[in-house]
Amino acid sequence: MSTLSTGTDVVVYEEEHVHHDDPNFWRKYIFSEDHKVIAKQYLITGIFWAMLGIAMSVVFRIQLGFPDADISWLKPVLGQWISETGKLDPNFYLALVTMHGTIMVFFVLTAGLSGTFSNFLIPLQIGARDMASGFLNMLSYWFFFTASVVMFASLFLQTGPAAGGWVVYPPLSALPQAHLGSELGMSLWLISMALFIVSQLLGGINYITTVINLRTRGMTFNKLPLTIWAFLITAVLGLISFPVLLSAALLLIFDRNFGTSFYLSEIYIAGEALPNVGGSPILFQHLFWFLGHPEVYIVLLPALGITSEIIATNSRKPIFGYRAMIASLLGIAFLAFIVWAHHMFVTGMNPFLGSVFMFLTLIIAVPSAVKAFNYITTLWKGNIVFTPAMLFSIGLVSFFVSGGLTGIILGNSALDIQLHDTYFVVAHFHIVMGAASAFGFFAGVYHWFPKMFGRMMNNTLGQIHFWMTFIGVYLVFFPLHYIGIAGFPRRYYQFTTYDFTSSYTDLNMFVTVAAILTFFAQFIFIYNFFSSIFTGKRSPQNPWRSNTLEWTTPIKPGHGNWPGEIPAVYRWSYDYSKPGAAEDFIPQNVPYSQTLESNLPHENEEIKMEAEIEAQNFNDQFDQPH
Amino acid sequence: MSYLIAIIAVIFLALTVLVVSRLQKVMKGVNAVSADGETRPEGNKWNAAMFLIFMVLGLIGFVWSYLHTEADFLPIASSVHGRRTDDLFWFSMAVLTIPFIIVNILLFYFSWRYQYKAGKKATYYPENHRLELIWTVIPAIVMALLVFTGWRAWSDIMSEAPKDAEVFEIMGKQFGWYVRYPGVDNNKLGNYNYKLIDAQNEMGIDLSDENSFDDFISTGELHIPLNKPVLLKIRARDVLHSVFIPHMRVKMDAVPGMPTKFWFVADKSTAEMKAELNNPDFDYEIACTEICGTGHFSMRLRLIVEDEASYRRWMAEQKTFLETYPDYLAKVPDNLKAKAMKYAPAEAPAVANPDSTTAQAGGGMGTSASFR
Ligand code: HEM
Ligand SMILES: [Cu+2]
Ligand SMILES: [Cu+2]
Repeated sequence: MSTLSTGTDVVVYEEEHVHHDDPNFWRKYIFSEDHKVIAKQYLITGIFWAMLGIAMSVVFRIQLGFPDADISWLKPVLGQWISETGKLDPNFYLALVTMHGTIMVFFVLTAGLSGTFSNFLIPLQIGARDMASGFLNMLSYWFFFTASVVMFASLFLQTGPAAGGWVVYPPLSALPQAHLGSELGMSLWLISMALFIVSQLLGGINYITTVINLRTRGMTFNKLPLTIWAFLITAVLGLISFPVLLSAALLLIFDRNFGTSFYLSEIYIAGEALPNVGGSPILFQHLFWFLGHPEVYIVLLPALGITSEIIATNSRKPIFGYRAMIASLLGIAFLAFIVWAHHMFVTGMNPFLGSVFMFLTLIIAVPSAVKAFNYITTLWKGNIVFTPAMLFSIGLVSFFVSGGLTGIILGNSALDIQLHDTYFVVAHFHIVMGAASAFGFFAGVYHWFPKMFGRMMNNTLGQIHFWMTFIGVYLVFFPLHYIGIAGFPRRYYQFTTYDFTSSYTDLNMFVTVAAILTFFAQFIFIYNFFSSIFTGKRSPQNPWRSNTLEWTTPIKPGHGNWPGEIPAVYRWSYDYSKPGAAEDFIPQNVPYSQTLESNLPHENEEIKMEAEIEAQNFNDQFDQPH
Repeated sequence: MSYLIAIIAVIFLALTVLVVSRLQKVMKGVNAVSADGETRPEGNKWNAAMFLIFMVLGLIGFVWSYLHTEADFLPIASSVHGRRTDDLFWFSMAVLTIPFIIVNILLFYFSWRYQYKAGKKATYYPENHRLELIWTVIPAIVMALLVFTGWRAWSDIMSEAPKDAEVFEIMGKQFGWYVRYPGVDNNKLGNYNYKLIDAQNEMGIDLSDENSFDDFISTGELHIPLNKPVLLKIRARDVLHSVFIPHMRVKMDAVPGMPTKFWFVADKSTAEMKAELNNPDFDYEIACTEICGTGHFSMRLRLIVEDEASYRRWMAEQKTFLETYPDYLAKVPDNLKAKAMKYAPAEAPAVANPDSTTAQAGGGMGTSASFR
């Protein structure tokens, strides 16, 4: 394509732009197809769910830490679930645990995290006008919204929401007569999750297509920021594994409503022998964890991508081992599909299979270790700026290491016999998944808030928020290892029935107090977030002096992101503190021909590629008449 | 008490952070912007310092909390395989504590050491293949070691139970356990069928199988012999449960429609444990570790480990299922009735005594026969 014709195209685009820019309120803010608006919708919904999910955990932590406390003061909120004597109903305890898990894993750390940052950053960082399909993207959000409404409604049922644990193992979840939480609440859970999965698939297809097809001129895969690599691989993971959960859920719906026996066999319950034979509850667990394990990485990888970007930017150094980071992402993603049965070592599966899964599980520690070491080497000899985003990223690395190491213990099937379904597991995954991904989420919000809202969040409040949360998370979850080593089983309403769980009443109390303090610390963030949207300091063009493309857009990018041409890309996004350069950063859209003083020998070679890059197709959606 | 102090310490720490940061703000005035428009990092110094403080306090807290809570860990395992996994656990923990401490220290130390200084330039250091190779290979070797030891232990624990193992059936239900003993005459459990379950025959014992005749059931406790392989046959009749015997390091799910098993050797009796812990009320316990509904947290079953002689004595005192519920004789096929009558109570109390003595004597013979 000749330069001349591209020039004309730009003019066409600008004309089109005028009549594009004037949608009504509904199209602009509610049923928007703009990726930036959809990202914010995900973000706000995610924050709402996070506060609700964490509040639930505070309620059941009070039950665990202060089992004798009179909590009648919660009656206005929880109503019938608080007994006359001010005690939490045991059924509702289980419902809270279940809803907390479901909400945090799926609604906050999957939809809230990927939904926000994949949507927001993919087009901005690869240099695209929008997602490949704005319509599907909008649909994705509204499916998620509907799923949210259904799940939220289930909280208000007379029989309560689903209560079989976030893994909803049948037969408990399949038999309404087995459990209060397996009645209507469970049906709504399944419907909500089915909608949620549809939303994830629509979103995932879009992320993948966009990254593959809409990269700007010169943005080859080996120049992609690690954020985009992480979002891409996450979307692939989701696309392969979520359909399996959908089928698991559908079969469960069949068993519940249409008398099939996929998961049911030889059951005598409520004074009656059921006719179902031949099904297997273990089948559900295989299907569930075939999603479930990749899911934990679906939650974590975007956070790792965000961290890679932020640590490099704020250390003012290139990320150490860019290629190794990609390779380890790919390695983790691949292995994530063949380790699922480590959640099932003591279900009575074939011991040989157990050995195989132990072996595969422990291999996954190797690429994980590489990532941790690479982060630390990136800090080494840096010039570190402690923005709140950077603090949260460093916190993430600490959690990733501390929590990943206990995974190695759990992955050892011989040791898992004792530790499975104890608080040791709870400690492991809250640190490595819950806290680490939440920190990735916070890091991302602090870092890209200026791009989202054109204003800065308060720096000092962000730093205080970090320290309270970082210390709080360790105080809450580190002691749970001890409780787990002492054999305390998870999902227990209280620990008074057994002698072996009669100790640690004070430790449980301590954990509860720490959890409450950490919960309250989040209001610093809430305040900072919402007040900064309206009254924050105006953001400069490139507040973190970062290399990636999103900072070349206007401070508040409009529909289509760049007013003129989309910039071309000539270099990777990690040219920080390059020897010879005047500034300590060189954005991706600066050609090598302009930085002769700092080019490495092989980079001078690339100068002759520039004309070729510039001559490439614009790859601009708005260039097409539509 | 000490926890309270710790809590207060936390609050104070948070407050200190707040005050320090306020001071910073006051001293700096509102966000300094240098001539070239570069924003100087706010609060960089105290955040860097906080990493060092966190590192030191964290290390102290880690060691202190470990020493403090260790006393309430479970005592050393009372089963042979349990001591092996205990050793393996603490060995792995020791190995993993090294990277835990080193990596966290490096992370926090580097954060402090390489904090922003005006005019300093970071080192452009994008990769080093040697280094990366080293830290790929070392974890791989450590993992190989852990996998190997773990795999050996796992294979041994999950191996087939020895032939002479004492067999028990344990069945989970909402919310409790039923235990069936193979009886005194043969070490064999009779068949079961979930369709036969009713208000008395809670485990669905199939009385058309002659091995069932001497079986008996208990709900409050499980008695096992000391120093002898014990094979638990595990099932559930309604939803998933999981048999967890913390002191024996035993755990195995109970699955409706799919029987599972776990074998182990208990080598410390309840009495020995009472003496060792100086706690006359001590009891081994069995708990449920798979969420099964409202009463999941209260499915306690006592486990009594006693020497073989007293175990046999206790067994002999138990009433067989047929003895407890003689009505079920009707379910016995005609050709086996005579055999079954031996385990049912006789009509006249005068005959009852000799009858049960026969059962006891026969029991001794029967079991020794099964040792072979
Ligand atoms: C070194 C790498 C890791 C290994 C070897 C590992 C191993 C394991 C194993 C064996 C379990 C099952 C424990 C049990 O139920 O008895 C487990 C549980 C879990 N892991 Fe990991 N893990 C690793 C890293 C991660 C990461 C990175 C995440 C998340 C981002 C994660 C999230 C979870 C979750 C959510 C569970 C518990 C699920 C549940 O039972 O509710 N793990 N891990
Ligand atoms: Cu897993
Ligand atoms: Cu249970």
